Amino acid sequence: MKLRTALLGAAATLAFAPAAFAERGTDGDVKILYSQAVSTMNAYLSSGTKDVEVGSLVLEPLAGFNEKGEVIPRLVTEIPSLENGGIAEDLKSITWKLTPGLKWSDGTPVTAHDAVFTAQYCMDPAGGCAQLARYEGIEKVEALDDLTVKISYTEPKPNPFTAFVGATSPILQKAQFEKCLGAAASTCTDANFKPIGTGPFRVVEFRTNDTVQLEANPEYRDPAKPAFATALVKGGGDATSAARAVMETGEFDYAWNTQISPEVQEQMLAGGKGQFVSGFGTLVERIEMNMTDPSPDLPEGERATAKHPHPILSDIRVRTALSKAIDREILVEIGYGAAGRATCNLVPAPEIFASDNTGCLTQDVEGAKALLEEAGWTDSDGDGIRDKDGKKLSLLYQTSVNAIRQDFQAIIKQWWNDIGVEVELKSVDGSVFFGGDAGSPDTFQKFYADVEMYANNFDGTDPEPYLAQYTCDKAPTPESQWQGENVNRFCDPEYDKLLAELVRTRGIEERAVIAKKLNDMLTKDSMVVVPLVDRGRLSAHSNTLGGVVLNTWDSELWNASDWYRIK
Amino acid sequence: MTDTTPATAKIRPPRSQWWDVWDQFKTHKGALVGLSIFVLILLAITIGPFLWDMAPTYVDLRARNKGFSAAHPLGTDQLGRDVLARMMAGGKVSISVGLTAMMLSIMLGTTIGVLAGYFRRLEGPLMRLTDLFLALPLLPLLLLMVTLFREPLSKSFGPERGIFLLIVFAIGATSWMQTARIVRGEVLGLKEREFVLAARSIGTPARRMILRHVLPNVLSPIMVSATLGIASAIITESALSFLGLGFPPDFPTWGRLLYDAVDQMQLYPWRVILPGVAISLTVLSVNYIGDGLRDALDPRIRGR
Amino acid sequence: MLTLTLRRLLIAIPTLIIISLVIFLLLEAAPGDPLGDVPLTVPPEVKEKMRLALGLDSPWYVRYGLWMKQFFWVEPVHLWDALFGTHFGDGMQRVISFQSRQPVMQIIAERLPQTLTVVGLAYLVGVLIALPIGIISAYRQYSWFDNLGTFISMIGFSVPTFFTGVVLIIVFAVKLQWFPSVYDTTLQVTDWASFKQQMRQMVMPVTVLALYNAAQISRFMRASMLDNLGQDYVRTARAKGLTEKVVVLIHVLRNSLIPVVTVIALGVPTIFGGAIITEQVFKVNGLGQQLILSIHANDMPMVMTLTFIFAILIVLFNLVADLLYGILDPRIRYD
Repeated sequence: MKLRTALLGAAATLAFAPAAFAERGTDGDVKILYSQAVSTMNAYLSSGTKDVEVGSLVLEPLAGFNEKGEVIPRLVTEIPSLENGGIAEDLKSITWKLTPGLKWSDGTPVTAHDAVFTAQYCMDPAGGCAQLARYEGIEKVEALDDLTVKISYTEPKPNPFTAFVGATSPILQKAQFEKCLGAAASTCTDANFKPIGTGPFRVVEFRTNDTVQLEANPEYRDPAKPAFATALVKGGGDATSAARAVMETGEFDYAWNTQISPEVQEQMLAGGKGQFVSGFGTLVERIEMNMTDPSPDLPEGERATAKHPHPILSDIRVRTALSKAIDREILVEIGYGAAGRATCNLVPAPEIFASDNTGCLTQDVEGAKALLEEAGWTDSDGDGIRDKDGKKLSLLYQTSVNAIRQDFQAIIKQWWNDIGVEVELKSVDGSVFFGGDAGSPDTFQKFYADVEMYANNFDGTDPEPYLAQYTCDKAPTPESQWQGENVNRFCDPEYDKLLAELVRTRGIEERAVIAKKLNDMLTKDSMVVVPLVDRGRLSAHSNTLGGVVLNTWDSELWNASDWYRIK
Repeated sequence: MTDTTPATAKIRPPRSQWWDVWDQFKTHKGALVGLSIFVLILLAITIGPFLWDMAPTYVDLRARNKGFSAAHPLGTDQLGRDVLARMMAGGKVSISVGLTAMMLSIMLGTTIGVLAGYFRRLEGPLMRLTDLFLALPLLPLLLLMVTLFREPLSKSFGPERGIFLLIVFAIGATSWMQTARIVRGEVLGLKEREFVLAARSIGTPARRMILRHVLPNVLSPIMVSATLGIASAIITESALSFLGLGFPPDFPTWGRLLYDAVDQMQLYPWRVILPGVAISLTVLSVNYIGDGLRDALDPRIRGR
Repeated sequence: MLTLTLRRLLIAIPTLIIISLVIFLLLEAAPGDPLGDVPLTVPPEVKEKMRLALGLDSPWYVRYGLWMKQFFWVEPVHLWDALFGTHFGDGMQRVISFQSRQPVMQIIAERLPQTLTVVGLAYLVGVLIALPIGIISAYRQYSWFDNLGTFISMIGFSVPTFFTGVVLIIVFAVKLQWFPSVYDTTLQVTDWASFKQQMRQMVMPVTVLALYNAAQISRFMRASMLDNLGQDYVRTARAKGLTEKVVVLIHVLRNSLIPVVTVIALGVPTIFGGAIITEQVFKVNGLGQQLILSIHANDMPMVMTLTFIFAILIVLFNLVADLLYGILDPRIRYD
């Protein structure tokens, strides 16, 4: 593929580009385009990734992740480990040592008390902190001295790199946010829009859902960085127009999440003004099978609950046949190009957690038909649609509104038609589909359809909370107001048992073995989750912007301090 | 009889007034051209699918992005679906939705406008109702309607007809306000004109006043509203299906075909030009038909 | 006239209160969730806490009452404070957006300038070109000018702005590089160069919108003129020896303006509502873009406030239209 080679070429030239030894602020202005506009700079009050990422230009955590998913120090001298004593033997506490001499952008020193305050800020029950999950299981956070923070957990925590690690849990300045605890969080407009941070930039002007103007932070810890004196983050439009502004008109240096069809990518590359960068994380586009009967004939309260197993999809042979009929490579080629890979795994990365499961990658139409025959679904009336006991093999397939998803729906419908399955398509506005409104019949949790398609990923590098979503008790039910992550209502006591074991297990090797087994139980063993595409990030940057390294484990702008202008 | 029969009818042998209208209509060149184009489009979308019986939703991954050829006269789209079949199927939906939604909205608007303009007592409540509808945010309203009515409607009318009714109703019920206000404004002025006063003074009942004297005189703004209404109904329908509120996602309509092709405009310009031209042609032809009809229905012009 | 205005303004108050209640109930009943944008990685328990923090647990009438108090009492007090430097409003909770936790009125004030310059100017341009086109088209019915006008306005109306906007961008921003494709809202007009830049970035969005508006208004103008040109009073006026200019531009035009005034008056409030698609395409980020973002994010306070201001403008401008009818045609009376 032309695009792939072009990207490889771009990567190669980057690797050989001489590192810039510029001074701070010598490279002028950098312009960044986010197709979703930024609503706040405070990650704890944010409703989306875009806010967290732009916020990361200003606010930093103690440690972050690099492009390989490894934990790297930001405000600390070293990463705590069992070896250096930073992590306690019983895994119940972790101690961070701040780098001495760090300053906030207002010139005051960064201390351990700021970190303690940040934890207090997010864990306040009335604050509505969006990143509370990063602080789960914390007993207390204390400052041992001005530069030492100790986090104690109630239970042993095999993966303690959640609080203060990654762009989703940055450190706030105590002095600035002191009055913003709890219910007062939303009254601190100025603090939320112009936080005082330790990052490479600081906010000059914030226009809600429009633009953020930033300038180099004079107190940034590396005196030579950032190379840019000012930065502008503009929001609005869509992925195609964002890509166009970088690749064709050259008005912007960087465009975030330019997910467009491979053909349009190639056409834009021909403009010669910029290039696409892609990186893979844990985002997987998948089809979820409904294990309960969503028929509208059932009374409300029983519809789509464990009381009524799905009349068609309860049979694993049908589920397997549906998966076999799909050619994932073609889906990648049409929808994502270089920014996607076919996958059979729910957990595609980090490498140590990724199962070697590749059985689904080859399409097997005949095998699928044979399985359906075996399951008793035959075309007895010759209309091209299989039936059994007078019931047609007909499925309702829903997803959110998105051009690529609609293409996928049409293609998969065709493949399923080819094996004698009738398919009705439905698309739902994303804000309704992903919103948890219990009153709406169209949410993905309620799942009033037979199969549905969406993408999900997990935060950071530890898949445990992600795999924990599929236990019996996490199924959305009318009693739980349809809240819950186990949308397929998959329920296997063996799975729950194995997951409990994962929670107890400490060593990463042993954890990986269990996690892979759990992944296989959901995918190839039961076909309840049918993964389709491992979706990468795709962003665009101009040819004159150097130092861009796409990172899917942390904020995309994680190394904006290293960016420079190629002259 | 208090009617004023057109003078011409007395001279010629008795025949229906509609023949006169047709005679007048025939002399309007633009209207004739418009009518023939419109009939052609209607034929293409009704009979066309029998002559070219490829399924508009059939995905053929080996024939993606093909140009014009014998197998696919108008080429194929990014999934190898036949563009000609999709244009014909799309036209059927777009034109039927456009026409019915427009008629519903014009009927609602005209009725409310005439009632509000003619009967003083109704004016306050009806105009406040209009204000209310103008103020309601469209998107949440549509989302609500779809949530409430999609399942009951598709249960009682079948999925396709149910959604059709829902869309037509949604568009009609949210687009009548402009017509209502325009008609009311015109009626307010008309009501004080001499011929209306004269008719009223001889005791013409309100119903006949409205049908005979008021409505014919507000016909031209209604015609304009109707023409513009078709265009906006076709576009609104595509916006609805784009929001997941309309027909199933693989169901083609002109508006949707246009929307989907905009991103690839530079690569495959034909895919935007075809639906764009189809919509414009339909609206243009309806506009000329409307022009001709208005002239033909106006006794002053017809007499000349 | 004055009593009519006063009476109508008084009726407007209960009307607006009812409208606000209906809008609130509609937003309440419409499906959606203010936390719909929160990534799926955030667990449901956390989402539940976030919901509580937004005050979503209290019943609807409490929230409606709170919004009424904030909109009709707290916000005017804050406006007063801002104008006169007083501090009566300190500590009073303003209408706060769910999405950004910023007072809604601040966001509106921030966005009003670009909406007024782009959408307002487009409307003005649209009206200014529509009226003469409508008049000439009607006066010379079926001339080449009329046919061309019909053709352009029908295409202008039936081709949606998401298409014309992108065509303009591809031609003038990508190929010719004459105009920028992204509108810069931070640009301050201080000198000739920045003025020129402002003009350049306004050309495309204004063109797209003006074409669309002009198409509609010119059709109504033309139809109404045609109706009046055939009336007896025109023949009388001509017979009396008035010049053609006086007949057409004074007598006919004045009598033809009623439907056009209605359409224009209906359009003015939509300037405030912004132009959703055009603002998106050119990234003008005015009120239209804010409204659609807020609706998608189910940002209740923001949507409620924006729609309600919109409702006030609709009621006001419809009143203006009614008053104008009386001026244009003195026979029209309301009592």
